[in-house]
Amino acid sequence: MTHLIPLALATAALSIGGAVSAAAPREFLSRFENAARSADASFVPTAARGAAFFTAKHATAWSCSSCHTPDPKAQGKHAATGKLIQPLAPAAQPDRLTDPAKVDKWFRRNCSDVLNRECTPREKADVVAWLLSIR
Amino acid sequence: MTRSIPMTMLLLWAGSAVAGQPSQTPTPAALWKEECAACHMAYPARLLPAESWKAIMAGLKSHFGTDATVDAPAAAAIERFLVANAGMRAVRSTGGPVPLRITTSPWFIREHREVAASTWKRPEIKSPSNCTACHTGAESNNFSDDLSGTSGGRRR
Repeated sequence: MTHLIPLALATAALSIGGAVSAAAPREFLSRFENAARSADASFVPTAARGAAFFTAKHATAWSCSSCHTPDPKAQGKHAATGKLIQPLAPAAQPDRLTDPAKVDKWFRRNCSDVLNRECTPREKADVVAWLLSIR
Repeated sequence: MTRSIPMTMLLLWAGSAVAGQPSQTPTPAALWKEECAACHMAYPARLLPAESWKAIMAGLKSHFGTDATVDAPAAAAIERFLVANAGMRAVRSTGGPVPLRITTSPWFIREHREVAASTWKRPEIKSPSNCTACHTGAESNNFSDDLSGTSGGRRR
């Protein structure tokens, strides 16, 4: 009984907040941070490392910033199609980092395009820490 | 314990009612728009035949150079939508490769034969796949020849 009430309250609170699957941006940081810590207990998400990762080229011709620009508050542009991309920072685009399915989908796709592999929880935690640090 | 389940359901119902967004599965058309238009115009299904759409949906892992994968249920719904609304124009001779590009279809080349090479290269056009640069109604499935609202004449 006792564990069901917090669960129900949390679910209701999330529903009241908007879409059924909505989450707060900070929850993504906790999620990736916890995943990274399970491999390395000393891991601390670092915004500066996230920024460097975001603007660096890794395994392909593209960096994250090729489409998103180096400024998370700026509108980006798809490097191949020219389609406009809304800013990544929640401070500039409030629906960023609120939908778990979208966050997972775009990390999966875009890390594949930029790194030819999935991003690690450490890399995701650093990038999210950086995006959340933008005011 | 017996009281806890109804309470959970009540809270879930209340939350959903307050949000005004009862969860529902998006329609195939909404999924198509959402997924395809995330990176480029959602090209209308009629611009390619069914076999092309099937090949495109089977190759989303490397979709014209990018990973465009979607989860399996959404991919299946989008493929059904594309196939059901696909074009009927023959686009290849029997036995040839399945065409994946709208812009290399014979009808596309014929329809755009008056567009000069220099026009395609303009920065605001950049590529024949950028329909909306000239067909301002393309997002609403209007590809009429009236390009008067655009910055470009066809022959320049």
